[in-house]
Amino acid sequence: MAHQRAVHDMGGLEAGSVDAAGHDHAPWEKKIDAIRNLLSQQNYFGVDELRRAIEALGPGVYDDLSYYERWTAAVTRLLQEKGVITTDELGRMMALVEREWQEARKS
Amino acid sequence: MSDGVHDHDHDHSRTFQPDIEDTPYSTHQLMAEAVERLLIEKGVFTTEALRRQIEIQDSRTPSQGAALVAKAWVDPSFRQHLLDDVNAAADAVGVPAGDIPIRAVENTADLHNVIVCTLCSCYPRQLIGLPPDWYKSRAYRSRMVHEPRAVLAEFGTEIANNIEVRVHDSTADLRFIVLPMRPDGTEQMSEADLAALVSRDCMIGVSVPKGRTA
Amino acid sequence: MTSQFGEGDSVQVRLAFPPGHIRTPFYARGKPGVVESYVGNFSNPEELAFGHKDGAKLPLYRVRFRQLDLWPDYQGPEHDSAVLDLYEHWLEPLRAKS
Repeated sequence: MAHQRAVHDMGGLEAGSVDAAGHDHAPWEKKIDAIRNLLSQQNYFGVDELRRAIEALGPGVYDDLSYYERWTAAVTRLLQEKGVITTDELGRMMALVEREWQEARKS
Repeated sequence: MSDGVHDHDHDHSRTFQPDIEDTPYSTHQLMAEAVERLLIEKGVFTTEALRRQIEIQDSRTPSQGAALVAKAWVDPSFRQHLLDDVNAAADAVGVPAGDIPIRAVENTADLHNVIVCTLCSCYPRQLIGLPPDWYKSRAYRSRMVHEPRAVLAEFGTEIANNIEVRVHDSTADLRFIVLPMRPDGTEQMSEADLAALVSRDCMIGVSVPKGRTA
Repeated sequence: MTSQFGEGDSVQVRLAFPPGHIRTPFYARGKPGVVESYVGNFSNPEELAFGHKDGAKLPLYRVRFRQLDLWPDYQGPEHDSAVLDLYEHWLEPLRAKS
């Protein structure tokens, strides 16, 4: 029986050359990194839960998202699972932020 | 791109986002902003605590690790302390290395070490800061453990066949830095000048320090 | 908990493929290696991943593998190696060939 490897477990797979170009971390990326840190310091969840939540994004999503987009998706899901934020709160706040950012563009 | 953050109006949970004014923002960037505001609203942390955490992360740079390497090069007893326990050795010289145990792996005339995390992106962040994008890339994570010499060559690093290439896959609770060999011709250099020879890439193991050119 | 393996012990990574959060890379499953060092006892990440914090800690080892044992197509000299940090429950004594 051929065993499937999980999407994140990529040691040994074929891949192209390593692109050494980097990018300066955007403010939002540094922020989600810091948020993750603060939540971990306060024992909301640990790094193992974060990794598990990232791995659970699954093939397709895992590679479609950037590194910090994966962190954001995982942190958000963990907060929902643990009842720190409700899905309704999240949806309303995302809609609010989106309205603000659209307004900011117009002005 | 400005990375300044300042209050846009009286609502101190709002942050001006110059990076989104002109460029498209993703759903996840929106989500991150929403999560930040909700957590501040709920008192999980304050804006100030978040700002302080970002500041702490920004203060961690490869120069901290380079300082330890240079000290190990000039001081044999420090070298041994570093090899025994990076966190304690760093602490002893006032360099913060955090709580996650870091192990130094030493290059020799017979051995070249290189670090990868195939499963995610484990890296000695609390000592040398954030990993470069390539370290977290599919290409590096897939290929470094399988064809290290080819990947090293892409970084311009050729290791002779008589030297062992040892790849460390950071799969568990340890993090790693490579203690590179001191280049020849550096005997007269100060510790600070030696540290300047040690780049982040040398401590990951994809490069080796170059001696001062004549 | 006492550690089962010591430095220099020949071990084999178990051939198992459970779903969940696993820190034993796919490429190492079933492969033979040598214990380089015992690191200490740590909480099991497989259980921490689901928020279970109170389980027994497990011995963690640095295990060195010959690259030629990990990869049938390895391009490089026979002394090249890889070192993985593996929890005890993923290791068993290497069965000597009869």
